[in-house]
Amino acid sequence: MTFRHKHILGIEQLSKEDIGFILDTADSFKEINSREIKKVPTLRGKTIINLFFEASTRTRTSFEIAGKRLSADTINITASSSSVVKGETLEDTAKNIEAMRPDIIVMRHAASGACDYLAKRVDCSIINAGDGAHEHPSQALLDMLTIRQHKGRIEGLKVAIVGDITHSRVARSNLYGLTRMGAEVRLAGPGTMMPPGIERLGAKVYHDMNQAIEGADVVMMLRIQLERQGKTLLPTLREYAKFYGLNTQNLQLAAPDALVMHPGPVNRGVELSSYVADGIQSVILDQVENGVAVRMALLYLVLGGEQAE
Amino acid sequence: MKILIKGGRVIDPAHGIDGQFDLLIDNGRISKLDKNLAADGAEVIDAQGKLVTPGLIDLHVHLRDPGQEYKEDIISGTRAAVAGGFTAVACMPNTKPVNDNASVTRYILDKAAAAGFCHVLPVGAITQGSKGEALAEMGDMKEAGCVGFSDDGHPVTSGELMRRALEYARPFGMPIIAHSEDLDLVGQGVMNEGFVATELGLKGIPWVSEAAPIARDVMLAEFTGGHLHVAHVSCAAAVEIIRAAKKRGVRVTAEVTPHHFTLTDEAVRGYDTNAKMNPPLRGAEDVAAMRAGLADGTIDAIATDHAPHHIDEKNVEFNIAYNGIVGLETALPLTLRLVDDGVLSISDAIAKLTINPARVLGLDSGTLEVGRVADVTIIDPQLKWTVDAQKLVSKSKNTPFDGWKMVGAATHTIVAGQIRYQR
Repeated sequence: MTFRHKHILGIEQLSKEDIGFILDTADSFKEINSREIKKVPTLRGKTIINLFFEASTRTRTSFEIAGKRLSADTINITASSSSVVKGETLEDTAKNIEAMRPDIIVMRHAASGACDYLAKRVDCSIINAGDGAHEHPSQALLDMLTIRQHKGRIEGLKVAIVGDITHSRVARSNLYGLTRMGAEVRLAGPGTMMPPGIERLGAKVYHDMNQAIEGADVVMMLRIQLERQGKTLLPTLREYAKFYGLNTQNLQLAAPDALVMHPGPVNRGVELSSYVADGIQSVILDQVENGVAVRMALLYLVLGGEQAE
Repeated sequence: MKILIKGGRVIDPAHGIDGQFDLLIDNGRISKLDKNLAADGAEVIDAQGKLVTPGLIDLHVHLRDPGQEYKEDIISGTRAAVAGGFTAVACMPNTKPVNDNASVTRYILDKAAAAGFCHVLPVGAITQGSKGEALAEMGDMKEAGCVGFSDDGHPVTSGELMRRALEYARPFGMPIIAHSEDLDLVGQGVMNEGFVATELGLKGIPWVSEAAPIARDVMLAEFTGGHLHVAHVSCAAAVEIIRAAKKRGVRVTAEVTPHHFTLTDEAVRGYDTNAKMNPPLRGAEDVAAMRAGLADGTIDAIATDHAPHHIDEKNVEFNIAYNGIVGLETALPLTLRLVDDGVLSISDAIAKLTINPARVLGLDSGTLEVGRVADVTIIDPQLKWTVDAQKLVSKSKNTPFDGWKMVGAATHTIVAGQIRYQR
């Protein structure tokens, strides 16, 4: 199959076949990451700019490593405040960066739609590394890769996603991806964190977390971002942990071999108890490891990788 | 100077006139309305196949002058108005400085008179600086020429102040035009709260943030006997509140914009900042409610909320783009669509753009009665044209209707007996 997407703006635009192809490609790159010399010349001479308008350590590092393992030149630009404070628009920033002739811009931005905006205005490929509360496609792909690796399939699985669905780009991207791959997706969270109409995207909505995780094959916990919640969405973290936290007791409601996932970083004792976060069902570190392979696959494929190797 | 408009379909909803007549304008006033008129020396306009209506009145525009002339000014804004068939526009006071005193009002009127395109009807601020703290000098502004009061762009948060505004404006015979918005409920919202916002990951503005303050203000109007005019209604619940209040005899009137009875929040897809406005484009059921409200008279008038913004203010991430679109040049054909869709009769549609806004503002216009100032719009209801944002007369080009195929346009806009626009 050929991969026809110049940009990766969201999972919404990807077909089941696209997703399967990306995951297969990522699988083939995983082997490189376990070699002693973790580098192949595939993207030699290519320039990748990580343009991050929002603080991020793991996603940026993961993309950077992915690029370097494929021998691309990767440059990080943290634009969180510098140019914006000086009055430069996103379009100007992007045009200036584009004038340096990168092949790919990997962008994270606090505004939903910022990657779509950029893709309409520059000639190089854009990979969305998270835009506002919209999408975080590479995260969903690494989640799906992790599920497939442990379960051998995605189709037919019951996946519960718990937490602040309204503000979560991870939830949206996973919802698109998992339903497209044939999984049943259940969403759970407080009434203040459940966006209207989300069930129209194919999810089952629960407000009782226990119902959502009952019999689930995967329990995906979302990070509570205290700085974003304001003062009206939650009474206290204590109460949130009591009703929407995953612990050894309620985890028993899930399937016996259920996977516990989290996009990180974990607020220990809030979304997950430490027993669960470090327990045998947790695949959180596998997610991180798979992130590099998935991002290698994305970088490779948007540059028309098939012919290159 | 005489103008004889021959053979058009004259529609004057104020007097129930709808028929083929000739209209004679003499010395700036409507002189005769009858069949087979002749007049020596008159400029003759052949209006066969066209509608001859009272001049269109837009009771809600932003001319951005003084203070933000890079977006629009009184000259460019009134040129856009006559190009859209409007002979009078009421301009909101959120200028810099705010039109909260007679000297700003006089500046606007002087500049409008010098521009000479159409009548400009300044709306004064309810509160000083539109800060919602103390009443502005309403009496003085009325003397200077204001036609109503509004803090448009800013809600009057204090119930007490809104009460006093309605009480104070009442003996002056002036409406309080409410910009209804509970800013706490709006929060960081940038589009209508609903499925589309959920999908796009944009923060939503719930309809209750609009409806709840309207409920308060309707009750204050009922309590005070003042005249409340609700600006840019957009949600079904607001229509229901106003409908019920009218049934109780409350002095409340309301307007809707063409975009709110034409577009839904689906227009935001693709993060199109030209679909970003306040109140936001809402759901299909709200659009249906706007149409039902127009049809049963709950909504009195169609107003554009013409809100020009520079391209630099729109060509940004959706979150930080300014609210608003230009509307003067697209309002008429969008209103005529309501006739095609069977929502309004042609006479009712014209009434929503003429006599009804005149009544809201207490104006002596909006009809073709003999003796009145000759503000007349001639409309070709069959004229097909395509919106080209770059060709808009307005200084700003922020319209979600770029590329839309329209039917119907003003061919002549006559202001006080002078042809100010001819297509």
